[in-house]
Formats: sequence, structure tokens, C-alpha cells
Amino acid sequence: MNAHARAAERLVRDDARLHWHDAAVWNVRAKRDRAAQAVPDWEALRDAASRIKLHTLSRLPEYLEEFERKALALGARVHWAADAAEHNAIVLGLLRERGVTRLVKSKSMLTEECHLNPELEKAGIEVVDTDLGERIVQLAHEPPSHIVLPAVHMKREEIGDLFHRTIGTPAGLSDPKQLTEAARQHLRAKFMASQAGLTGVNFAVAETGGFVVCTNEGNADLGVSLPPIHIACMGVEKLVPRAADLAVFLRLLARSGTGQPITTYTSHFHGPRPGGELHIVLVDNGRSTLLASETHRRALCCIRCGACMNTCPVYRRSGGHSYGTTVPGPIGSVLSPAADMERNAALPFASSLCGSCSDVCPVRIDLHSQLLAWRRELDVRGLTPAAKRRGAAVASFVLRRPWMYRLAGKMVRFFGRLLPAGVLRALSGGWGREREVPPLPARSFREEWRGKRGV
Amino acid sequence: MGSSRDTVLERLRQARCPQAPLPDVPTSPVRFEDLPARFAQSVTDVAGTCLRVPGLAEAAAALRELSVVQSARQIVSLVPQVIRGTLDLDGVADPHLLEGVDLAVVPGEFGVAENGAVWMTDAVLKQRRAVLFVTQHLVLVVPAGELVHTMHDAYARLHLGAPGFGLFIAGPSKTADIEQALVIGAHGARSATIVLVG
Repeated sequence: MNAHARAAERLVRDDARLHWHDAAVWNVRAKRDRAAQAVPDWEALRDAASRIKLHTLSRLPEYLEEFERKALALGARVHWAADAAEHNAIVLGLLRERGVTRLVKSKSMLTEECHLNPELEKAGIEVVDTDLGERIVQLAHEPPSHIVLPAVHMKREEIGDLFHRTIGTPAGLSDPKQLTEAARQHLRAKFMASQAGLTGVNFAVAETGGFVVCTNEGNADLGVSLPPIHIACMGVEKLVPRAADLAVFLRLLARSGTGQPITTYTSHFHGPRPGGELHIVLVDNGRSTLLASETHRRALCCIRCGACMNTCPVYRRSGGHSYGTTVPGPIGSVLSPAADMERNAALPFASSLCGSCSDVCPVRIDLHSQLLAWRRELDVRGLTPAAKRRGAAVASFVLRRPWMYRLAGKMVRFFGRLLPAGVLRALSGGWGREREVPPLPARSFREEWRGKRGV
Repeated sequence: MGSSRDTVLERLRQARCPQAPLPDVPTSPVRFEDLPARFAQSVTDVAGTCLRVPGLAEAAAALRELSVVQSARQIVSLVPQVIRGTLDLDGVADPHLLEGVDLAVVPGEFGVAENGAVWMTDAVLKQRRAVLFVTQHLVLVVPAGELVHTMHDAYARLHLGAPGFGLFIAGPSKTADIEQALVIGAHGARSATIVLVG
């Protein structure tokens, strides 16, 4: 069993929970379908989004310089980080210089990717994730299991217990309304006490030097409109050339992610608040390596909507934590091996290659083709399991010799009908662990076909 | 710091991504027959309330009927013709002092029919944009003549690039982070009433 399948065991073993998770995530996919089908020019939007992103990637250095120039002119400060460590050092440096010990954060997959929180906490800074889902997993000391719905793996009763233990709600609460209200009160106090706010960036606009942050809860806006310091962290791939391009992405993002026509708050920041500070941290952390890969650079078009996760039969039945990476699901399985091939070698195999991810992707990333391409690359580098390589070598040898293939088929049918089901299951490897081996036919398809056509 | 900038830019140049053309500014064929009706429907879809009134006097009357208006003690109003505020935003130097605000009444520049979003900027809010997020309830007053079909039309009329803050608000603050159950009033406004005037 590969590492992903092993990690998925915990969810898979609990049948009721597995199906609950599957249905919960599928429900979001269904909402996405209804929203997408209500937009007559949906496919044209996907085309436009893909072309805008591919163009931006092809001129990324120029657009970054333009963005920086415009952002500086607006009064923002721009910082560049080659990797996660440098990103964390920049943020920590900014907070330290200003004596900040209480920081509120809105959702940022980039800071998750860079593991910013532990770095800041080590330095004695209180970091509060303010997106409700993120706050839940932060209190539970877990990573998010989904990029849009961080706590999708937790049941309401578990969240009730967690809140009882951590923020002092009465025992036994499980009503989402009451739990959300409790979190609102708890976090409102944190917002009021914070000295700086940190946000991610959904889109940055090269021609204006501004950027857009989308939330439903209003946490990003509360977090940066109270304290005087706003730090915005973004991967270098978040750029679009023109403000008008935002229309395309904003029409796609929320519909693809949650089935909403737009997020509640879509905030456009151009420069700091009067009397405040705005710091923009531009982060590479492996993105330039991905850009150099002819096969995988399209993955940089991703707008982090989560649609590929919601539709993926493997994600829904294995859970986000089984991937062991910041971004799970199909897009994560494309991105993660680029960051660390050895560690994430199992992920491109956590897919049935059904292609549903590519079908729902709002920016038309060829996700399932990329997963297949990774399998090839991993195999070439000797990073696929030995048993898989041996099996593939045997299959390749047999399939290239029709007589041997026919003989092998005969032998399987002959012995297969003699051997008891338990032995067959054992022989079929992982496949037979959850399935019955079907009864084997007496004749092959080829033999049946010949008989029917009377050849 | 300068060196990391150069490193990142150099790495991206070395990636030698093949050139791809920039598509024309995107547009949409979507056109709604009855813009105000579609806008009102979209506001409802995003869990907001849309009131249509012929003029500001009627807007004032309609709002007086709302329980969130009746029960509001601290009110910030930037549309004094509709509701008089109890707190003058100009007198609030520190946004933290807005914490007790029950109701904020703010003019919206225009609305987007396809999604019920309303655009506004801190040109009206000045440094106290926090009031939009801190307030318990929000009323946005939008002229019925200022509606556009889609987000493309919205950006066609926006001129972004000057220093400042602007945003689309679509309905009240919400979350579905606990078992996908939709809960209204996560961190921001617990209700959003859009008054379409004219």
C-alpha cells in the first residue's frame, strides 16, 4: 500500500464517517454545478481565465516589476522572499520592529505552506487564525483538511467539545448557529486587541499595484481595518495584468468553490490606509521551478477554489489529511511532488485518472494529465514502489507477446476457477482487500467474439 | 532584500516560459431584461434583503419598519436623508471606538445584477471603513439607475489605481465552516438590507 493509502486508513476504516465525509464534500460539488450551469457563458469564462493566466505566466517577471512599481507609488512596501524561510523571516522582522505581539490572520494557504504560525509563536507572538474553519483547526492543533473548508473533516459535536475545552462554551453544544456565535464573540475580542493584520491575496493587479482579498465572513476586512498594520502575503503567480481581468476570475472563483455567485466581501486594496502601513510580501518558494517545467507550469494558473477536491472520488473518500500536504486533492498532488518529489511520490497515484478534476477546473488546468505525467516522471527517477515497477515490467513483457498473453489468460481462468475465493483475494494484492473477486468466465472475450461472429 | 528580488526575478526569467498572447478585455453576452428585478433576486440569493422604493422619503419609511432599525441604539448614517445617525463618523478618530455600532447606513455606488453585490469605496467612509465590518447590521442605499448586468460591466465603470479602498459587498457576513450549515453573521454584519431607490 502506498503512503497516501496508508494515511487514508483512519477514515476508510470508519465506514459511516467515510460516507458522511464523501456526501458532505459532494454536496459542495453539486452546489458548484448549479451555479456554473446558471451562467450561460461559463465555458467562455474558463477559456478566458486560462488564457489570461497563461499569458501572465509567460511575462511574469515584467508584470511583477510593474506591480511592484505601482504598489510602491501607492505607498505600499514590497518585500521579496525566495523561499518559505525568508518569507517567515520578513513577516517576523516586520512584527518585531513594530513591537507587535498580537496578530490576527485571515486565510492564507501561502502562510500554511510556509509554516508561518509556529515561527511566529516561537518568537512569542500570539497568532489568531480568524476564518472560522481555520480557527477550529488551529484550536484542535491540526492542519486544514481542505483549502476552502478547513474543518470539513470535523463533526459539529466534535467542534462543540473543542470549543468547550478551548474557549469555554457550555458543554454539549452542537448547533452550528450557537457555535458560530460563540466563535464570533471570542474572535471579536481578538480583533479588537490585535496590533496587526495579515491576509493572503486572491488576485493582484499588475496595472494598478492593488490586490483583491475575498472572504465570506468579513474576517480579512475586520483584521486589517482596525490595527494600523496590514501585511499581505502572496505567491508570485497571483498576478493578473488588468483590473478588468478580475471580472473573469471573480465570476468563476466563488461559483467554483462553494456555488455562491460571489463571496460576501471582495475587497480591493490600493496602498495603505491613511496613517497606516501596508506590506506586500512576494514569495517564490518553488514557483519558479514549476514555471520552468513545460509539463507542470499550468498548475500555477490555480486560483485555489477547491473544486477539484470536491469532485475527486479519492479526496472525498480519503480526506484532506491523508495527503500530508498543505494543498490536498488533485491540484495538491500535482504541486506537492514539484516541491519534494521523494516525500510526495505516492500522491500522483491517489487518483483514478477519471478526469473530473480537469472538467471542473475554472482555469482549465489539465490536472489528470499532469497526474499521469508525474507517474511517468516518478518512475523514471526510480521513485515508484519496486512491486509496481516489477509488475509493470512483467505486464509489458507479456502484453507485447500475444501468444503469451493468451496463454496467461487461459492459466488465470483455469486456476482461478479451482482456487478458493480467499486465496484469489490474497493473490490480487490491495485490490482484493475491499472487494470480492468476480467469478471467472470459462472463455475469454476473444473466444466469445470469435464464436459469435462464426469466424 | 534587493538580492532576493533579483534572485526571484532571475529564476523566473530563466524559466523561459513560452510567450502567450494577452486576450482582449473580457466581456459577457449576459443581459437581464429587468435589471432591478434580477438584482433584487440576486440579493435574496446571497441572504440579503432588497427593498425597492421610489424615493428617499419612502426609503426612510420602509426602514423605520425594520426591527433591526427599531432596536438599533448606536447608528452611523452616511445617508442622513434616510436615517439620522447617533454617532458622527468624523468624530471617531480610532476605528476601535466603532465596536458598539448597531446599524450602519451607507450609500452604495452601484449594484451588480448577476450576484447582488454592491460597490462602495472609502471615499465616503474615509478612514473609518471599519464601520462596514464592525457594525451588527448594515443598510446600503443604492440608486436603482446604478445597476449593471455583470462583473465585466462593473469593472468597465471602475477606475482603479488611485490610492484607496473599495469593495463589493454581497449580502450579510456568512460562514458554512461547521458541517456546511449556512450561518448568517460570522464576523461582520448579521443582516444586509439593500434599499434600491428610484
